[in-house]
Amino acid sequence: MNTPRQPVPGTTIFDGVEARKGYALNKMCYSFNDAANRQAFVADEDAYCAKYGLNAEQREAIRQRNVLALIAAGGNAYYLAKFAGIFGLDMQDIGAQQTGLTKDQFKAKLLAARG
Amino acid sequence: MARMLGTVMTSHVPAIGGAIAKGLQQDPYWKPFFDGFPPVRDWLAKQRPDVVVLVYNDHGLNFFLDKMPTFAVGAAPEYRNADEGWGIPTLPPFRGDPALSWHLIESLVGDEFDLVTCQEMVVDHAFTLPMALCWPDLKWPVRVVPVCVNTVQAPLPSAARCWKFGQALGRAIASWSGDERIVVMGTGGLSHQLDGTRAGFINKDFDLRFMESMVADPDWATKFSTTEIVEQAGTQGVELLNWLIARAALPGKARRVHANYHIPISNTASGLMVLEPAR
Repeated sequence: MNTPRQPVPGTTIFDGVEARKGYALNKMCYSFNDAANRQAFVADEDAYCAKYGLNAEQREAIRQRNVLALIAAGGNAYYLAKFAGIFGLDMQDIGAQQTGLTKDQFKAKLLAARG
Repeated sequence: MARMLGTVMTSHVPAIGGAIAKGLQQDPYWKPFFDGFPPVRDWLAKQRPDVVVLVYNDHGLNFFLDKMPTFAVGAAPEYRNADEGWGIPTLPPFRGDPALSWHLIESLVGDEFDLVTCQEMVVDHAFTLPMALCWPDLKWPVRVVPVCVNTVQAPLPSAARCWKFGQALGRAIASWSGDERIVVMGTGGLSHQLDGTRAGFINKDFDLRFMESMVADPDWATKFSTTEIVEQAGTQGVELLNWLIARAALPGKARRVHANYHIPISNTASGLMVLEPAR
């Protein structure tokens, strides 16, 4: 049976294709477990991204703090959350950015799931 | 003979750690979530477990994508928590039980589950926060065995495979010669999606059906493919596989001791259940 690789709308299942594409980006984000690495990124973002060998698409998505672009460049949500943590962003900030809603609108959307 | 006391299943959202650190348990946003836990603590106090076997998924603390095991079992004398990058306080270390770990490993591999074994392992919020919710004084009265499942990088183990793994884990526990009293925990879920334009997806009907299945027809979720679980529960909702494993480790019929469900905690529909073997 030929099912599409990404059959769920608005959703990127993080599979081998994504894992290969996003390896450098996710490796950099993994390094943000360490406070010294978070500081090094903040101190010199260009040098830090270069050290991890981000490609142009990944570098630009990091520059723009654009979560959808980071996912398109192979980023995994759990690793990207460590990047977002540097800026003190929470999951409602990230959700709002991806859905084009304000944070309050996004929170209202979550509440609406109570039915 | 080891005694299987039951299972505790709960969500494991990082924001819970922030709420605990800030003492927000009675804050209106958090209260419906934290109020679910006193009955769990009462049950644990009555059951007096010696060991918790905790089924969870790592979120990029112990495992990076350079090496991603499908199933990994801890065999360390101690497990430490560490900085995950988003500012929740680090919790005290957990005492391991290497002899029991190696018995479980022998039994599971003997049962054709070819594991990764970890004599050093750090544990992230998916492990530490459920423990802190059960024992808020952070003085762990139990030894632990971490069982880590890949819910991060597809292909994930299927729900059907997780069910069989949980059954094998239950057999492994039952065949332990020690007289330990053992609780199995499963953490994660329920429905939530952090990434993509579908972020914020929550499916109450599916979650409630899944929770009901834990008692009524516990292998119900095994009929779903990983993609179908993502459709129904969101990309990170697949963490319900950890619940499925914990449930499968409890042989036979189960009795519901306690349950709670609340939307939302952060972006997540939070679920909580305690089950014990039905008499």
